[in-house]
Amino acid sequence: MTRPGRSLTLYAVCAYAFLHVPLLILAVFSVNQSRFTVWEGFSLTWYRAMFANRDLMESAANSLMIAVASTVFATAIGAMAAYALWKRPSVWMSGSLYLSLVTPEIVTGVSLLAFFQWIFRFVHLRLGMHTVILAHVSFSIAYVVVVVLARLRNYDRSLEEAAMDLGATEFAAFRGVTLPYLAPAIAAAALLAFTVSIDDYVITSLVAGVDSQTLPMVIYSMARRGVNPVLNAVSTVVVFGLGTLVLFSERLRARGDR
Amino acid sequence: MSRLRAWFLAPSWLLAVATVAIPFAIVLAYSALSRGAYGGVELPWTSENYQRLFDLLYGAILWRSVWISAVATVLCVVLAFPLALFIARSPRKNLYLSLVILPFWTSFLIRLYAWMFLLRDTGLINTVLQWTGWIREPLPLLYNDGAVILGLVYGYLPFAVLPLYATIEKLDPHLLEAAADLGARPFRALVEILLPLSAEGIWASSILVFVPCLGTYLTSDLLGGSKTILIGNLIQNQFTASRDWPFGAALSMALLAMAGCLLWVARKRGQELL
Repeated sequence: MTRPGRSLTLYAVCAYAFLHVPLLILAVFSVNQSRFTVWEGFSLTWYRAMFANRDLMESAANSLMIAVASTVFATAIGAMAAYALWKRPSVWMSGSLYLSLVTPEIVTGVSLLAFFQWIFRFVHLRLGMHTVILAHVSFSIAYVVVVVLARLRNYDRSLEEAAMDLGATEFAAFRGVTLPYLAPAIAAAALLAFTVSIDDYVITSLVAGVDSQTLPMVIYSMARRGVNPVLNAVSTVVVFGLGTLVLFSERLRARGDR
Repeated sequence: MSRLRAWFLAPSWLLAVATVAIPFAIVLAYSALSRGAYGGVELPWTSENYQRLFDLLYGAILWRSVWISAVATVLCVVLAFPLALFIARSPRKNLYLSLVILPFWTSFLIRLYAWMFLLRDTGLINTVLQWTGWIREPLPLLYNDGAVILGLVYGYLPFAVLPLYATIEKLDPHLLEAAADLGARPFRALVEILLPLSAEGIWASSILVFVPCLGTYLTSDLLGGSKTILIGNLIQNQFTASRDWPFGAALSMALLAMAGCLLWVARKRGQELL
């Protein structure tokens, strides 16, 4: 195709600036000495303040715990579902996964809240880590299925058949032949599941209890209160952390496709 | 029949029933029940919650959500089209595509905070403008409809770029060359060839942006302040502060119905995904 012209390139530069500069500005001001929007020199004050902030550190620990737990479950369940759907599609399962991708977060959140409150009539439990983890598993499975299924599209069915002709059981063929082929996609899917879990605010804030405050919830309440240079530092760490994970995930998927 | 397949699908069925089907059924039931004295729900069954959707006050909020989403969608698609064209023509497609997708995966909350940082009265834009002497008093950039639309465009631009890119990339480049050879200026070639041939992508990206905009909660909550209440905020409010679960449930159903209708129209696109 013809190379992009000069005006188109200029436009693209502006568009990329629009997408990325706001976050870069946060990063720049996170190392600013002043607490106001004037540059007063380099300083790591706000990073030190971030590590000294107990709310932030505790909620970050909660977030990590929730993300790890929900990633493990979502990746295992989602990868298994993708494999099953590849063997034979199921309109109902695909429909349900698709629904969970397109339902507005706020609706997912309130329906899970209503569901948990209803369950609590019969079971003596309260909102907490477990409800948050269950919610996260539920909404991140669809991402895992999409990524793993994409990799299975290029997979040669006869490989498993060959293994079974040579006497492998169905499960042994899956474990020995298909699973190694899927490994990069499963890793990529796990990274994405981790990212969507650690990032979620809307659903989490509705189903979290008093002991399960997550990092996005603390970030939200700090942002609501307004000016806070510590938040610039937190944002920078989160954006770079998640950015690295996503790039890594893309790499894994690209390597799988080659 | 594959035994293994059934076993592998079992946990996701369990989860789908427990966290999608049953919660949906509960919300559906609540939407037709009465509000309880202490925030729960009570019998008798009623259609009152749905009638309230047409109250002047709530109707205005629904209408506002629709038009704000519509403006954001149009802006998104218009801004995304040249970008998608650029990516499709550039020799390093994957890099440029990743640069579009990357911000989408990095914390929505923080990206909204970045705009609060820029748009506040004491934010970067106002500080710079005051420092250069262009303005004396800070401009009211934050907490209005404009800020919400900006936040939505910023958040969902990647959604708009992907389907447009997928469509444009498949087009035969010779078509534009042919148009040029026949004497069409670039603008005419764009309007008469590129746009009509990209109609499918434009349609898909519009719906992909409009649906999440309609259900947005965080953007209007953080950038819109107390004045810009959209459906999402209204739903959240019914389930928290107002404790009117039946009405919140009816609102959720209305939102789902609107999103469902739009996605139904675009269902061809959706099925490519899963």
